[in-house]
Amino acid sequence: MAIPAIQIEQVHKRFGTLHALKGINLTVKQGEFFGLLGPNGAGKSTLINILAGLLRPTSGKISVIGHDVVEAYQAARMALGVVPQELVFDPFFNVREMLRFQAGYFGRGKENDAWVDEVIESLGLTDKAHTNMRKLSGGMKRRALIAQALAHKPPVIVLDEPTAGVDVELRQLMWEFIKKLNRDGHTIILTTHYLEEAETLCSRVAMMKQGEIVALDSTVNLLNKFAGKNLRLQLGRASLPASLLPMLKHGENGVFTLALNELSQIEFALAELRKANVTVEDMQLIEADLEDVFLSLVGGT
Amino acid sequence: MSVTPKLIAQEWRGTYTLFKKEVLRFWRVAFQTIASPVLTALLYLLIFSHVLEGHVQVYKDVPYTAFLIPGLIMMSLLQNAFANSSSSLVQSKVMGNIIFVLLTPLTYLQFFIAFLAASIIRGLMVGLSIYLVAIWFVDLPVTHLGWILAFAFLGSALLGTFGIIAGIWSDKFDQMAAFQNFVIMPLTFLSGVFYSIHSLPTFWQIVSKFNPFFYMIDGFRYGFFGKGDISPWISLTVVTAFLLALAWLALKMLKSGYKLRG
Repeated sequence: MAIPAIQIEQVHKRFGTLHALKGINLTVKQGEFFGLLGPNGAGKSTLINILAGLLRPTSGKISVIGHDVVEAYQAARMALGVVPQELVFDPFFNVREMLRFQAGYFGRGKENDAWVDEVIESLGLTDKAHTNMRKLSGGMKRRALIAQALAHKPPVIVLDEPTAGVDVELRQLMWEFIKKLNRDGHTIILTTHYLEEAETLCSRVAMMKQGEIVALDSTVNLLNKFAGKNLRLQLGRASLPASLLPMLKHGENGVFTLALNELSQIEFALAELRKANVTVEDMQLIEADLEDVFLSLVGGT
Repeated sequence: MSVTPKLIAQEWRGTYTLFKKEVLRFWRVAFQTIASPVLTALLYLLIFSHVLEGHVQVYKDVPYTAFLIPGLIMMSLLQNAFANSSSSLVQSKVMGNIIFVLLTPLTYLQFFIAFLAASIIRGLMVGLSIYLVAIWFVDLPVTHLGWILAFAFLGSALLGTFGIIAGIWSDKFDQMAAFQNFVIMPLTFLSGVFYSIHSLPTFWQIVSKFNPFFYMIDGFRYGFFGKGDISPWISLTVVTAFLLALAWLALKMLKSGYKLRG
């Protein structure tokens, strides 16, 4: 059996009285494009920081390609490239210098320069290679951060909210590049608020809430579980007939969302409404997406 | 990971890269990090020698200006070795870019060696620059080169290490500045840069002997004139002991991840 890219076993993290991670178990296979989703404060970044060695777990174990991030941290970090969430940069150097330094910290020398240049080119940084980090725009800094995480050519790449505040064009370019890395065999772990991104990119996702994983499945399975379309009805002041209550997903302020297993239920719903003399002010048929899965699992916070 | 030649080469390159980055960091702004302390030291030299030359004589046959130069060189060397590691660490902590080093396989020992070595280079460069300028104006003998080099090296290592401790401990620039203004400055000024402690009342002579800066400056000066307030061997012992104690503390902080890894 192949060694997993990431293996997380019973990881707890406490900050004083705050129990930030409550026994996380998770395995990411090599070559996966994995999404880690959850609202702010769910513990995603804490988990990633433990993975990266920036925080230590209170208990439990994490390994990267079989190397424990505490006991064998050198080997674990060699295998890992992390794109941090904050737009941090070193104001003294230009892009190419920073990338060469970064590779050098990992023990890479001149033989690695061709790879560094490839990364620079793929991320559209060629024009900026000799520009001081300080003078780059926000989007360019983000690209440089991604490039820095890749400088030592790690097999496992973690992107912590990489598209926060990034314009559409750059987002496209970034995803094309990251998809290519994934095709070339790199394991990708992505945390994001943009559920659409996770839906189109990730083959599997974990959803976190208050320090726990509340769902872990392939994107397809998660969507299938919630595959039924939703019917949203706006009924003004009228209430929903009792016969429709079993289908009700949620309703407030006269707007009711009904879960449909098949389309014929629309006719049934409308018939029941007519029977009850309820006027429909507006009606929408909605496709389920990860957002529904997300809201039903994580919602209510 | 088992220790293999490949691993050793990799670790060597990692340490060297961080060292090189730290040296380039100050070299890029050499006007501020080298030229400016050299100018400050020369201004001290100009003013104090003008005021005190002929009025004060510390050692027989040694003019006051000549006496002053080793003290000024050492003072600047110590201050700059401290400034290098401390400001680099505080800045990268405040900016957040320290993360780039923390994400790497560099061990705490590699981290320590790289930051320390860069501080030593900065201290020695500042010291040497002042020397090279000062000898145009004043005759300065070199009696024991070995002692000069030993104290220059140990002094910059000691303050570089202290800078690492201050840099890790400080969360903000003003905390680091407090180290500089309330610890480094008083200790340097009260260490005998401008005078021999033999000119002090007995009480202050005893107090001065608790000041590690006194030993660094006295030992360094001994290398030039072949005379000092105490034996250079005692100074060597005291300075080495302080260096080892601070290095132990710095390594302990780095190993525990204090203020760097949660």
